[in-house]
Amino acid sequence: MKQVFSKPVSLKDVQTHFCPGCHHGSIHRLVAEAMDSFGIADKTIGCASVGCSVFLYGYFNIDVVESPHGRAPAVATGVKRARPDRIVFTYQGDGDLAAIGTSEIIHAANRGEKITVIFVNNTTYGMTGGQMAPTTMPGQKTSTSPNGRDVANDGKPFKMAELLSNLDGVAYSARVALNNPKNVLQAKKIIKNAFQYQVEGKGFAFIEALAACPTNWGMNPLAANERVGSEMIPYFPLGVFKNNENL
Amino acid sequence: MTALKRKFVKGNEAVAMAAIEAGVQCYFGYPITPQSDIPEYLSRELPKVGGTFIQVESEIGAINMVLGASACGVRAMTSSSGPGISLKQEGISYMAGSELPGVIVDIMRSGPGLGGIDASQADYHQATKGGGHGGYRIIVLAPNSGQEMYDLTMLAFDLSDQYRMPAMVLADSVLGQMKESIVLNPRPTVDLPAKGWAVRGTGGGQQNVVKSLYLGDGEMEKFHWKMHARYQELADKESRWEEYQTADAELIVTAFGCTSRIARTAVEMARAEGIKVGLMRPVTLFPFPKKAYADLSSHCKKWLTIELSTGQMVDDVRLAVARDAEVAFYGRPPGAGSLPTPEELFAQIKKFC
Repeated sequence: MKQVFSKPVSLKDVQTHFCPGCHHGSIHRLVAEAMDSFGIADKTIGCASVGCSVFLYGYFNIDVVESPHGRAPAVATGVKRARPDRIVFTYQGDGDLAAIGTSEIIHAANRGEKITVIFVNNTTYGMTGGQMAPTTMPGQKTSTSPNGRDVANDGKPFKMAELLSNLDGVAYSARVALNNPKNVLQAKKIIKNAFQYQVEGKGFAFIEALAACPTNWGMNPLAANERVGSEMIPYFPLGVFKNNENL
Repeated sequence: MTALKRKFVKGNEAVAMAAIEAGVQCYFGYPITPQSDIPEYLSRELPKVGGTFIQVESEIGAINMVLGASACGVRAMTSSSGPGISLKQEGISYMAGSELPGVIVDIMRSGPGLGGIDASQADYHQATKGGGHGGYRIIVLAPNSGQEMYDLTMLAFDLSDQYRMPAMVLADSVLGQMKESIVLNPRPTVDLPAKGWAVRGTGGGQQNVVKSLYLGDGEMEKFHWKMHARYQELADKESRWEEYQTADAELIVTAFGCTSRIARTAVEMARAEGIKVGLMRPVTLFPFPKKAYADLSSHCKKWLTIELSTGQMVDDVRLAVARDAEVAFYGRPPGAGSLPTPEELFAQIKKFC
């Protein structure tokens, strides 16, 4: 019988701890499919961050270094410089990358480290229970913005994919979403591109993935998925903001 | 046999030269007085031997790059002084929790806060008690000469690899900036364990994970007792100290780092007048050579601890000596003009004799 479907070999055959309707699982899968397509899992080193994504090593069949909160791009720099022949990626949430780790991501990007960064933006701190994140949207209620994000007090959300695309050291910067089949297929292609940049030694590649967090948004999985399309994408537009093959 | 090379260099340069001799592959650092000679030297020399030098955006970034490189099994280091070492404590805690080696050089300056750039020993507690969160220790070596800046830097790499713990070379601005003649000893031949735990890509085999998160029932407690046993093994096997004229001493002066050099001159002045004084200098501050203090204090009951602070190591001395020994303290808190003279220390010796 012809096999038409299988799990990526880069993923372990285990259940995840992610909540129903969370997009981390889909993003894990797309990252694993990208690794499978290049056959690189056995020479890949992942840098996990702090948050819901810390258990990277529980789901991927790869070597993993756990990083302090926000420091994954610095840890990945150390890994890539020590082992330049390996594929190195970080997997970070919005609190990790765009709040406490702003310095590390900006400078790793500006140095043009030859790594891939997967940035999961769900507009909240998932692991700690739904506090306001640097990407929380104006007016969005969280456990630390009970009256909604007040831009006069808290500023406006970071648009990391656009921000990083302005740095000369960045080869590739894009934003994707997982809220419908079309966007999933587009995300698959773009995540694959991001790893291709590294496989070919071209430079720093950044993927921002918009993701649903039903638990902390206080929504059911369907409503949360719909919010990605109705509220997030209009504010955080999808697309490729930098694609510089000439670095 | 080739003659050993001799060089007239700053203590900071001796550290950098030793790091290269020890096979450091990656250096990550940030400028701060009085240690900037180390990154300056390595920015010039490390790439020549195929190593990586990065001037990082922050001390936090630097220690986390050390974490990443060390997780790959290569020798990695960083260096700084007070304010920068404080920033590195987060990463040092994670390295301790992940059982990662790595060398941190602290050329102490005065503090707290911005303080000043004069020699200080006021970061003793931060270095020896685990400066970050969670309850851990790191190896701390205290050189007192240009030669030891060189030799102990190489030792720091070996002990760090041997015991899978971060190791610190704890010196001060006098030792870092003073030029002395040193012998460029070759890297010692040591039988070190293979780094089978390092991440390198599975190669289709077993998955390696470097982490400090322990959520399973009893896992974290088990980790702490394992490390406790390792610290004990370290104390049993690696405690190092230097004694000078202690055999018949009726008073033993104890000091580390640059203070021990001044104290030695004071001891010589006392001996010239027939006063039976000796010097005990700890070389490892963690492990603190407790047994040596206990042994010496079984016959010598008078002790004088001298530090460039209001008293930190003296706590460890008091815990280590026999219960009937008396421990006096003389301190010069750090700052411009705070280095004691030999005459000043000699006067203190006479006072306590």
